[in-house]
Order: sequence, then C-alpha cells, then structure tokens
Amino acid sequence: MKLENFSFEKDKDGIAVLTWDMPDRSMNVITESVISELNLVVDEVISQSSIKGCVITSGKINFSGGADLNLLSQGAKQYEVARLEKGEEAANVLFFENSRKLSVLYRKLETCGKPFVATINGVCLGGAFELALACHYRIMSSDEKSKIGLPEIKVGLFPGAGGTQRIARLMPTGDALQFLFRGEQLKAKAALTNKLVHEVAPTEEMIDRAKIWIISKGKAQAPWDMKDFKNPSGKVFSATGMMIWPAANAIYRRETFDNYPAAKAILHAVYEGLQLPIDQGLLVESRWFAKILRSKEAMAMIRSLFLSKNELDKGARRPKAIGPVALHKIGVIGAGFMGAGVAYVSALNGLDVVLLDRDQVSADHGKEAVNKLISASVSKGRATEADKQGILQRIETTQDYLKLRGCDLVIEAVFEERIVKAEVTRRVQEVLDPQVVFASNTSTLPITSLAETSLSPENFIGVHFFSPVEKMSLVEVILGKKTGDRALATALDFVRIIKKTPIVVNDTRGFFANRCVLNFIREGHIMLREGVPPAMIENVARMAGMPVGPLSLNDEVALDLGWRILNATKKDLGEKAVDPAQEEVLHFMVEQEGRFGRKNGKGFYDYLAIGKKSLWPGLSIFAQENFNSGLIDISEMKQRFLCIQAVEAARTIAEGVVMDPREADVGSILGFGFAPFTGGAISYIDGMGIKNFVVLCDRLAIKYGPRFTPPELLREMAAHNQTFYPETNSVFAA
Amino acid sequence: MPKAFIYDAVRTPRGRGKPDGALHEVSSLGLIVGVLKALKERCGLSGEELDDVVLGCVDPIGEAGGDIARAAVIAAGYSYRTPGVQINRFCASGLDAVNLAAAEIMSGQHELTIGGGVESMSRVGIGASGSAWPVDPAIAIPAYFMPQGVSADLIATKYGFSREDVDSYAVLSQRRAAEAWSQGKFLRSIVPVKDINNITLLDRDEHMRPETDMQALAALKPSFSFFAEQGGFDAVAIQAYPEIEKLNYVHHAGNSSGIVDGAAAVLIGSRQAGVKLSLSPRARIRAFANIGSEPAIMLTGPVDVTNKLLARAGVRLEDIDLFEVNEAFAAVVLRYLQAFQLDLEKVNVNGGAIALGHPLGATGAMLIGTALDELERRNKSIALVTLCIGAGMGTATLIERL
Repeated sequence: MKLENFSFEKDKDGIAVLTWDMPDRSMNVITESVISELNLVVDEVISQSSIKGCVITSGKINFSGGADLNLLSQGAKQYEVARLEKGEEAANVLFFENSRKLSVLYRKLETCGKPFVATINGVCLGGAFELALACHYRIMSSDEKSKIGLPEIKVGLFPGAGGTQRIARLMPTGDALQFLFRGEQLKAKAALTNKLVHEVAPTEEMIDRAKIWIISKGKAQAPWDMKDFKNPSGKVFSATGMMIWPAANAIYRRETFDNYPAAKAILHAVYEGLQLPIDQGLLVESRWFAKILRSKEAMAMIRSLFLSKNELDKGARRPKAIGPVALHKIGVIGAGFMGAGVAYVSALNGLDVVLLDRDQVSADHGKEAVNKLISASVSKGRATEADKQGILQRIETTQDYLKLRGCDLVIEAVFEERIVKAEVTRRVQEVLDPQVVFASNTSTLPITSLAETSLSPENFIGVHFFSPVEKMSLVEVILGKKTGDRALATALDFVRIIKKTPIVVNDTRGFFANRCVLNFIREGHIMLREGVPPAMIENVARMAGMPVGPLSLNDEVALDLGWRILNATKKDLGEKAVDPAQEEVLHFMVEQEGRFGRKNGKGFYDYLAIGKKSLWPGLSIFAQENFNSGLIDISEMKQRFLCIQAVEAARTIAEGVVMDPREADVGSILGFGFAPFTGGAISYIDGMGIKNFVVLCDRLAIKYGPRFTPPELLREMAAHNQTFYPETNSVFAA
Repeated sequence: MPKAFIYDAVRTPRGRGKPDGALHEVSSLGLIVGVLKALKERCGLSGEELDDVVLGCVDPIGEAGGDIARAAVIAAGYSYRTPGVQINRFCASGLDAVNLAAAEIMSGQHELTIGGGVESMSRVGIGASGSAWPVDPAIAIPAYFMPQGVSADLIATKYGFSREDVDSYAVLSQRRAAEAWSQGKFLRSIVPVKDINNITLLDRDEHMRPETDMQALAALKPSFSFFAEQGGFDAVAIQAYPEIEKLNYVHHAGNSSGIVDGAAAVLIGSRQAGVKLSLSPRARIRAFANIGSEPAIMLTGPVDVTNKLLARAGVRLEDIDLFEVNEAFAAVVLRYLQAFQLDLEKVNVNGGAIALGHPLGATGAMLIGTALDELERRNKSIALVTLCIGAGMGTATLIERL
C-alpha cells in the first residue's frame, strides 16, 4: 500500500495509526487522491487480520479544513461532457454517484467491522469532521485552538458526507438543525457537552487514549447501527416532532427568506432521513447534496465567498514588484467612531497605534471606545483579559503630531471636510518623512483632489472602512490619479494584517460601494413616493436578499446626510442629476419634519427607548388613494432593488472604477450585504445572463425611469454572448 | 338532474371538549350512533332504505379511525346492507359530507343517503391524525404554513380588525346563542345524548358563556403571539404579506371557536324516496361549491367559495335570507361581512362556534340544520352555509325551502 497523503503504521498490539500529513500543504484537505488512499486504508484494515483497529490522526497543527472546494469545478466540467455525450439523466446519475463517493467511503469505514478512532487536533471542519463522525470514537484535543464544525452552509453548500444524518442521530433535532444551519465551530468543551465527541484529552495523550479505547472496549458499531437505537428526539411524527418541525420550517424562512437552497436541503435531509434507516438516510442526503452542488446559488457563493475572497485576501491586486512592507506602528488621526475602530482592529492584530486627536480628551475618548469593544469581547469569552491589556498597551493617545514619528503608515479618519483633511495632511507632513504612506479614510471625497494637498501624492491613498469597523470585513482601497505602487502595496499589506478583505478601485464620486448603496436607498425613496406601503418596501428588500430595508439603512446613515449629498450633487451636477421623487421625500422628512434618522430618534422609523422601532405613521402622507398592495408585483420589486445596484456595479466596471468582477462581487457582499446567494452584484448579472439582464433593465427603464438604463458595455457583452466570468464556471447553473 | 331534498337534520348538543365535559365519556362511535338512531326513529326508517352514509371526521384515528361511518350504521341498527364512508376536508368535512350525500342523489345513482359528521375532540385530540402540511419542508415552506390562529391574526391585521372589533363580535355570538337557547330555537334539531340506562348526559350546548362581556374578554391574553414570535411564524406571515409591518395579535380563547364534542346527521333523498317514506321535504340542496384559497392566510376561503357558488348557481347575494359562516375565529366572519358588505342581521343570527363550539368534522352538518330551522321559523327561502378550511379552502352550500 503506497500512500502519499498519509503514513500508516501498525504497533505491537495490532493497532494501526493513520497519520494524515499531506506533502507541500500547510493544511490537510480532502482531494481525489485522499479519497482513494483512504479507501485503500479501509480495505487494508479489513483484510489484515492482525489489525485490531485504527486511529486516524493528523501530522499537522490542524486536523483538516475539509474538502477542497476547487475540486467542484472539475465536477462541473465532467457533468457537462457527460450530458452532451450521454444525455441528461445519465449525466445526473454519474454526477450523483461521484458526489457521494465520500459518503460511501465513510459508511464503508463505519461498517468495516473494526473500530476506528479519530483524534482531533486544531481545526477539524466540513468533510474532515464528517470523517470523524463516521469513526466509532472521537477524542478531541483540549487545546483552545481545537475546533470542530460543519461550515459548508456559509458557501451555499451543506454537509453531504453523512453530516446531516449522523449529527441528527447524535443531537436532539432542534440542536442538530441549529448546528447545521449556523455552520458554527465548537471548542472541545462544547463539543463534549453536545456529545459530538466522546472524550477530551491533551493533544499528546490522544493517541494513547485512542489505543486504550480500542483495546479495552472498542466496539466497531455506530449507535445507529445498534438494534435498539432511537433518535434523540424520537419519531418525527410525535408530540415532540410537532414542537420541532413546524417551527423549524418557519425559522428557516425567517432566517433565509427562502433564498438559500442549501439550508432548505438540510431540513429535507434531516426530516426525510430521520424517518429512514441510516443507509437510506445517507442516500437521501446524497440526493440533496447532488442537487445543491449543481445549484446556481452554491456555485455563485463558492466562487465569490470562498475562491474570490481568498484570492483577494492573499493579495491578488498587490503590485508584485514591491516587497513586503514592514508595518509595526501606525498613526490614526481622528479618534471618533471610525478612528477608534481602526485603532482597535490594528492593535488587535498586533500593531502599535498612535491615536491622535485635536486634544488629549478627544484622543482618550477614542481609546475608551476601544476599551469598550475589547471588554465586550472579553465578557463574551472571545478574548482574554491578557488580550485586552495588550491591546490597550499598544494604543498611545496624544494631541501631539510629533508622536507620529516612527509610524510606518498614517491613516486619517477626521471629519469629511476638505479643509480639515488638508490641514491634517499638512501637519503630518511637517513631522514625517513624505515617503511614509498617508491613507485617507473617506467615503465621499475624491482621493485625487485630496492628494493635491500632499507633497507626495504618489504616497497618498484612500482606504474606505465600513462602519462599524470591527464588524465589517471590507476595505475599499482607492487609487488617486497619482497614487504609486508602493502606497498600494502598503495599504494592502495593512489590510491583510488587520484580516480584512480589500478591493482596489479607481477614484470616482462614491467609489464603488456607496454608489451602489445610494442607489438602493434611492429606490426605496422612489417606491415610497409611488405609494408602496413602507412596510412592503422594507420587507421586500429583505426578501430580495438585502440585510436591511432601504428606509432602515437610510435611518442608520442619517437622512440629513442624504439630503446634504443630494443638494451637493445638485449644485455640482445640476438639477437633472437628482431624482425629483427622492428630493421630495427627503425634503419632507428633513426640512419639514426634522426627522434625521436614528441619531435624533426619528426618521422613517420612530425609535423609542424601549421596544422595537416602528415605522412612522406619518409616512402615510405618501400613500396613494386606491392603491392596492395586492396588485404589486413582488418579484418585480425584488428585481428593482437588486437591479438598481447591479447596474451601478456594471457602470463602475464600464468606467474602469472597478477593474475586476471578483472585487465587485466580494465588495458588494462584504461591503453592503448585496444578496449573498447571488454571488454578488456582478454574479447576479452573469447568473441570469447578460442578455436577460439587459432586457430586464430596459423594461424597468421604460416603466420606472432611465436610472435603470444599462451601460453600453453590457449591451456589447450581450451582443457577443460574453460573460464576466469564464463560461466553465456557469455550466452548472441548471 | 334529480333534486336532492333534505328530509331531516339532527345533532347532539355540543359538549365541552375537556375531560370534565359532559360528553367526554361518550366515544366517537357513541356520539354518531345516537344521532343516527334518532334519525331512524324520527323518519320512520326501517334501516333497509339507505344507499350510503357519508360522515366527516377530521382526526379519523384511534377510536375514530378506520371508516367510522361503516361502524356507525351497524351499531345504530341499520341494515348491514347500508354502506358508510368517512371523508375529511378539515373543518368543512360535515358540510362536504352533506354535499356528497346530496350529489349521490343528484347524480341519480342513489335514492336515500345521510350526510353528517362526528368529532370527539376531547377524546381523540386536535391534530392527532398527523399531517405533512406543517411538518414536511416540501409543503410547509412553499405553503407558508402557520398555525391557524396566526393566520386568523393575519386576517385581522391585513383587513384592519382591532381587538375591540373581534371581541365585540364574540360578545354578540354569545348573546345570540343564549337568546336562541332561551327561545328554544335549537330544539327541533337537538338529540340529547343519553347513557345506556336512558339517563340524559347532555341536552344543551355546554360551551356557552352567556355572561361574557367586553370587560371579561379584555382580560384574556392573545393566544398566538408567543408561538408566532418564538416559532418564527410572524416572519412567515410577513413574507406572505409584506405590506404588513407586524402582526396584530387579537385572537384568544374568547373570540375563537370552542373545542367541543358532537355529531350531526342530515337525511337526504330524492322526491321518490320521500314519497315512499311518506316524508315531506323540508328544503332542497340547491347548489354547493368547493374552492382552494390562498393557503398562507388560510381562512379566507368562505369569500372565494361564495363568489364561485353564487356565480355558478345564478343566485344574487341579496336573494339570500340567512348566512351561516362558521365562527372559526371572529376575524373570519368579520372579513366575510366586510367583503360582501353584509347586514349583520342576516349572519349567524343564533350565534356560532365562538359561543357554541366547533366539533370539527360535524360542524358543517350542524350548520345545515341550524340554517334550515331558522328559515322555517322566519318563513324565508334561501340560506347559505360556509366554512373556512385548514390549508386554504372553502366549502359552501345553498339550501332553499320549497
């Protein structure tokens, strides 16, 4: 037996230890070759009578991250070839058989007649945890960094190698569904409490304990293969089942708006599987897995949220000629909400921070905000007291620009006013070498014009953080006309250190994210003016896949800000640049009613000290007589919300603001929560086909106005049958 | 097409559907046997004449399972040549049983049939027979399943009925039912339930609370808010009707139908069958209809099915003298009144299920008798009986005195 990914050794007691340690990889992943070698190992264990049992362990810091998602596009190609050659049903059969290989292998291991033990160190996720679940005994390392979980749902998949069936036979149904839905990772203690592992031990003792278990009581039979096995929650059709299932179906809809087929597949697989013997249950799970693997949503989510995001995280847009930039200490100017957030994430990731504001009190105030954030983390058990002390020690507050000396990067997050920003730029350059990269955190002011106040515009760059900084994982890096490669490399290295995802965009009004978001908000205003009930605007936006409705979002960012932007736009670009319906709505809200949003407790919603916010009844002023909400085309409303953002995203590409569709997709999901199941604003277009998108936009433009008119680029691409992504990635869209 | 005539209609009083209810000791079979025996006696049947007995039952399981209609005819002393069939269209089962029994006459295949229904909610339990609808993701999700009470609250929210509106209607139902009893209006149809020693167990509807007033109802907490919020059904309601910001929880035990035990039967036959038995017909089944309605809001089917029925039968709304709209929840009736702009003086004039109770499989057949008795008393002609139905359906029947 020749193995590349594993070593296989037998001790004097006849216990084999299979050590998973893939060459040239820092992390074990499940590949075609891992699957075939595991198959060999199981055969070996079965056939060698001297082998009593087998311990599976990892030779790396982590057990394994699970299946290699890159593999999936292979399946896509194979499917397409088979479909053309043999027809659709035959292709489906082939795809089904291939997609359940891992499940079949694990079941073979589970029923091979000899005990298998998994010893879990570090992370053990997805298909790797499913391997552990198929083992007869699981020992997990007590190390803090050890985690088990089934995170497939986060990329539009679900556990398809027995995960749904074994979890639902280990945990009460409600807990099992929650564990599968959330894709959360559990530490050893929680895993033990939930009976997902049998034993917790120090890493170095795990193998010995595994051997002891095999010798002393090792039974090669899973609980569900025993005669008297009962599901933890009993039968589906029972009083207990009636408490679980109707609510589970409803909560699925509440959480997903029925937009995520993988989450629904979990419900199906568990509901159907629990009424069947394990083998039949695994078969049903495989049927759903094959279907979901071929879904448009899974393909789009894997591409944007896994592949593209990883590529961007690893510096896809970083100028290769520039070596790694050493970043130890950064300066943050402006200790307000944003500045404090930037200081926090920087210190959290080991950077020293000089937090500067116009006076010491303001600077200290910013540090106090950091203290609150980290303290909340500590009280939730996500950080230790030592982490907290370390972070606070790394942040030095000051009003003295001289203290910036020694900083490798300076980021300003002061008030969005040209004069204020210019003043900061000047004062920084008085004390620092002009070679130190200066980054401006702005969401509205063009970087090129800000850079004009700098002595070295090639070292001037925009970094647009999203609020709240500690939660939002996107950073928009904005290139001014003169921004140089070193500045870009520095900014990207910084973003990487603080573990956020960068997209690189060229300078324009609103950059990328805000252009799309403002369109979304404006569409809400226009609908309101049309007489659509406000609740419907909010609910349908969420049903379309957005995290919040446009009116809520507007309340959060402030209505008076929107009103100011509108007036500025009007001043700069003329009367026609603003939408009259939006102008009317904002004028009424801000000028007439003084409703600025959450900040003054009244916007589109009323905000009370206790209880939930509720829509302001005064919005009824926009109601139209004889307006029948039953006649509204809900699916068209959803399209309006997504289209108006996607068409803007396409414009940013047409204008060269965004240079890579991956950045538009990842940026739209991480930056403003664009319907993740679509794969992002550009994948949304690709997903329906550019031709169809153009037709849709033209139809909406006729009905609702030229703001939906697609850019020429899209018409050309449609005419040439082009796509933003290579064709091979979309053959799955069945 | 032969006409289907109603020769008689009987029902048990409705017993409170709890272990301390007067009919709890009586089996489902016992309940229906009582009314079948009474019908036999009142109409002078030998027991050989019947072509079919169709009975509604919503939870046909356990003692009520396995075609209770066949068991009932034998136990009631009818000839073994009388067949029986049990049907289930949830809350309209009793009315659908009458309609099917009538259809057997109208089609010319049968001469004499019984349509009726039975439900011992205290003994079998609501939902005891199970269902894919709320449980199986393949239907629960696309159908936007929510418990009926949440759907009723959704109707109230969508169509603008306040807590005061629904409570006022409940008080009216109680008052009307109490008045009807005090004037003996139900006596013609009521068959007291007796024990084996001929001792009366119940001769009057037991669920009523005539003393109910607005103040008493105001003290009751909404029944469905907790489940709606914890179980995620509020979100389901809003996704089905996104124009709604939040549900207004107005329903509670006092303005929803009562859980009760009971049975009913209606004797239906051709003109010829009546002549043979020397019975004169009391009315005829003029037309009936079934329909599916939007399943999420679930309980608005009476409006849809009434439109369908009137169009097919060529009857105008104003031709109808009386309406029986099952009081599953107050909002169901209020929505019906609102949709047709009806005069409350024509609708549920002797109260309804809020006061009297709703023995699921039997109610529809009971309402036929109630409507017929009242038509006769008022010497009026046409009544319409309709019920809302789980999973979004409606059934309605037009009866007409000769």
